[in-house]
Amino acid sequence: MKLKQSLIASAVLAAALGASYVQAAKVPEGVKLAAVQEIVKGGESEPATLDQQKLQGTPGSLRGRDLFEGLFNEDGDGNLIPGVATSYDANEDNTVYTFHLRDDAKWSNGDSVTAHDFVFAFQRLVDPKTAADYAWFAELPGMINATDIINGKKPATELGVEAADDYTFVVRLEKPNAYFPKMTIHNTLFPAPKKVIEKWGDDWTKQDHIVFNGAYVLDKWNVNEKMVLVRNPMYWNDKETVINKVTYLPIPDVSVEFKRYQAGEMDLTSYTGIPTNRYKQLMKDTPDEVHITPQLGTYYYLFNTTKAPFDDVRVRKALSYAIDRDIIVKYVKGTGELPAYGFTPDIVNGFNPIKPDYATWTQAERNEKAKELLAEAGFGPSNPLKFPLLYNTNDQHKKVAVAIASMWKKNIGVTATLENQEWKTYLDTRNTQNFSVARAGWIGDYNEASTFLQILTTTAGSNDGKYSNAEYDRLMNEASSMQDPSVNYAKAEDILINQDMGIAPIYTYITKRLVKPYVGGYMPNPEDNTYTRDQYIIAH
Amino acid sequence: MITTKDKVDVVEAFAEQVVEVEGRSLWQDARRRFFSNHAAVLSLIILGLIALISLFGPWLSQWNYDDIDWEALSDIATLGRPNIENGHYFGTDPLGRDIFVRTLQGGQISLMVGLMGSLVAIVIGTLYGATSGYLGGRVDSLMMRVLEILNSFPFMFFVIIMMTLFGRHIVLIFVAIGAISWLDMARIVRGQTLSLKNKEYIEAAHACGVSTTNIILRHIVPNVLGIVVVYATLLVPNMILLESFISFLGLGVQEPMTSWGALISEGAVNMEIAVWQLAWPLGFLVVTLFCFNFLGDGLRDALDPKDR
Amino acid sequence: MLSLILKRILEAIPTLLVLITVSFFLMHFAPGSPLTSERGLPPEIMANIAAKYHLDEPVTSQYLRYLWNILQGDLGASFVHKDFTINDLVAQSFPVSAEIGVWSFIVAVVIGVGCGIFAALRQNSWIDYSVMAFANLGIVLPNFVLAPLCILFFSIYLQWLPSGGWNDGAWPYLVMPVIAMSTSYIAQIARITRGSMIETMHSNFIRTARAKGLPGYKIVLQHALRPAIVPVLSYLGPAFVGIITGSVIVDVYFSTGGIGQHFVNGAINRDYPMVMAVTILIGSLTILFNAIVDILYALIDPKIRY
Repeated sequence: MKLKQSLIASAVLAAALGASYVQAAKVPEGVKLAAVQEIVKGGESEPATLDQQKLQGTPGSLRGRDLFEGLFNEDGDGNLIPGVATSYDANEDNTVYTFHLRDDAKWSNGDSVTAHDFVFAFQRLVDPKTAADYAWFAELPGMINATDIINGKKPATELGVEAADDYTFVVRLEKPNAYFPKMTIHNTLFPAPKKVIEKWGDDWTKQDHIVFNGAYVLDKWNVNEKMVLVRNPMYWNDKETVINKVTYLPIPDVSVEFKRYQAGEMDLTSYTGIPTNRYKQLMKDTPDEVHITPQLGTYYYLFNTTKAPFDDVRVRKALSYAIDRDIIVKYVKGTGELPAYGFTPDIVNGFNPIKPDYATWTQAERNEKAKELLAEAGFGPSNPLKFPLLYNTNDQHKKVAVAIASMWKKNIGVTATLENQEWKTYLDTRNTQNFSVARAGWIGDYNEASTFLQILTTTAGSNDGKYSNAEYDRLMNEASSMQDPSVNYAKAEDILINQDMGIAPIYTYITKRLVKPYVGGYMPNPEDNTYTRDQYIIAH
Repeated sequence: MITTKDKVDVVEAFAEQVVEVEGRSLWQDARRRFFSNHAAVLSLIILGLIALISLFGPWLSQWNYDDIDWEALSDIATLGRPNIENGHYFGTDPLGRDIFVRTLQGGQISLMVGLMGSLVAIVIGTLYGATSGYLGGRVDSLMMRVLEILNSFPFMFFVIIMMTLFGRHIVLIFVAIGAISWLDMARIVRGQTLSLKNKEYIEAAHACGVSTTNIILRHIVPNVLGIVVVYATLLVPNMILLESFISFLGLGVQEPMTSWGALISEGAVNMEIAVWQLAWPLGFLVVTLFCFNFLGDGLRDALDPKDR
Repeated sequence: MLSLILKRILEAIPTLLVLITVSFFLMHFAPGSPLTSERGLPPEIMANIAAKYHLDEPVTSQYLRYLWNILQGDLGASFVHKDFTINDLVAQSFPVSAEIGVWSFIVAVVIGVGCGIFAALRQNSWIDYSVMAFANLGIVLPNFVLAPLCILFFSIYLQWLPSGGWNDGAWPYLVMPVIAMSTSYIAQIARITRGSMIETMHSNFIRTARAKGLPGYKIVLQHALRPAIVPVLSYLGPAFVGIITGSVIVDVYFSTGGIGQHFVNGAINRDYPMVMAVTILIGSLTILFNAIVDILYALIDPKIRY
């Protein structure tokens, strides 16, 4: 319900206010701006590419939101606000969406951003020749023919998108989908400059060729050192943009990034920017610089359900119960993470997950129950359960694994031997079900519960534990074409955790960012979609 | 037959006389000189103590290397400080585990790794380098090109593949370290051998038909031992730190066990918050390293055949 | 001399070929591929990507394709940085590492050899011990400890130097990387020099020179230095290659954008073309500098034959 309301609200808002309510730096009265409007931001790591359809991870989305603009943007509360589109209409059963584009949006070479650029971009996304990781993003809402095009059965031109005229863009879906407009804030659905890409092919992202339609353009890119963006004078709302220059520092290591921030060389860190060991001190010394917001992501442990004894729900439940999540979030992580008892984070739009039973018990009760279940499954002091716990090499994963292994030992007498592997070996081990219990994490791609629940359906590519429940699959399949799928989500979540404990949720990720007090207009939302064009530097 | 053997003996005796005017056994002599070097002897004693305390010290603590002190975990920066009362003599790590016991347990691993790496380097590196340099010509070319290939090969993949093939085992870490440690040593020894082999006594031995193996083992190797020992002691800290990289890849020491390399890299991150996490393991590494240096110098002086 | 150079060039070709072949196949043998990702992609999308990068072909035909491309000077496309070719990335990052490396090398050789000779001439005195203790600081403080220490001290406490970045090699950005890079080499060079120098100073011809009453500095410069420098040279050959091909620690801590980070990132992400490119670079430089060292041996000691 929440989802529907907010969508209706934003659609109404968009229609009513039209172009007057747009994204821009809104400097409050009385705030004196700094003379130099330049900002240095943490850039996580290097993006794989600036080609928005070929995007792979958050570093690319982060820069993409400054360099390009899609149909809609998102404000600080996660509501839609107009981007290249000023408004949209949907038909009665939500299968045809018509987006009305503004006529003053331009590429940085002066060409207009038209509905043809969107048609081209969407077709490109599903075209096998593009080989986009996110091609499934067109399949998900059920764009007509998307699946067949990806499978090479139909040409990309058959996709259910159309430019009714230069400034009217129509998307047709195979089945009703209420949340499609929400998905347009994702970078993979940003426009692509048709003329430029047709001229240069795959080389269009070379610095000499690439064009942008966002508030900024690329000035300099020294890989692993920095990326510098400067203002795009062609941007339709350039007059309301304040910051002139954005520098992204691609620093994957949080302690290194923190030193740059301490040295005063960075104004805003990446979303992982607070080292665990600094949190307390920072909260004491500079609480106004610490920004913690819940993130749409869950850290969890995978059970290999194809392997005994993890095919036994009692064993899975026992292991999950015996994890003291309060200790994990308070002391092992210690930067404001939230304990997770279900898979879908509470903050997700349109769905309020009901807490599973064990969430309401005390830890002592959980341990008691866990011991009983283990004994029922045939494990006890005379026959102790022993298995390897897999994680990829990383200081944080190591800490969590050591603590949990220790809890299992102490609370229920289970021995987990830790096993770390470097990234790709770890992925390979997971993909081939060569593990017992493994660390995993999932960050939602869009603000809707299916981005989580979908990955544990039987055939999902990321379902490395091979959890499988026919009823769960049915509920999820049904949900994809429901007007209000939250009923099904609640049932699915209940089956997944309360009934089957298909995975062991541990904690909900957070965005933890340090922002200098003189940075104005920083508005984080659950998906961490922030835009430099909203921001400004206050005189300091 | 007999005459040849006689000839060999005569030449060897002659060669030894050239090297050792006084004709005493090289090893006997070396031992005497080594034990008169106070710094070296003291270092040996300290190293012995470190080894002993690494082995038996953990019994002095109420904590185990994998015990989490749940109380200290709630506030490492204050409760995790070094403290005699709660038994954390060296403080705790970020997870509330006792640094004293972990440093000693890590010492067992790291000392073994350091010694093994050096030993492999000394044996393989010296023999390989001496053979290559002495034989010269095509053999030298081939052996050196092989060395260049091994030197440039992406070591990371070697480790990853070893792990995939054999799984995780503590012995494999020695294989991995051994595989890399001798490469530079071989080049250094070869360089020394090149300039040694035109020395008169080597040429004389060769002219009289002393077997190649004997020339290398009895005349070349003793004369390069000095530099070999110095370089081997340099390798010790390198190997100890290399171990933490190999463990990173998943082959080496597995949590909750640890090593000095792992403790130091973990402590480096926390040095402003909890300096004891870095200071203790680093302190042990420093003392060990200096001891190895003095020991190396003592051995070098003792083994120098020219030094009378 | 000329024949030696010619011989080395001829030998370099098969050496590199073996290196490339062994590395290529072993790398593909390692678990995971550039396409392995946490987000298990639908099989048909996976197939599209594999086809695009020829990863669906057998390894041998990928190998032949790779050989054919590098013969034409094309090192391939990166899987990690898709907007750049490997040639672009090497051209951007190698000069950075080389600049840090050359400066570090100069610093390491000057201080290392200086300390080594000085300590050797005062063997077992307190001067010896303190000079060597200073030189040894580099091994004692591994660069992953030294780099954050430098940043804390110079950038956060004193605020003299920028805490990271490269800015086309402006000197304030160069200081800390050079410190972090050179210290461990200083220690090793100093110790090898010292050991070798002591050995040489004890040899018969130096005693003869002493007996003749030559002044100390003349003995050192004219007689002792030449033979004493041989093991240092043997060490410096491979060390120089290591030092100019960068260090991932220095690159990561100071965000220099050097090639060391590319190499390790490439290996972790199975960016085959990137790992191959750096392997070939390291291989070629190793061959080159070993040849130079061999030529220098001959110049130092004309009696040396191979």
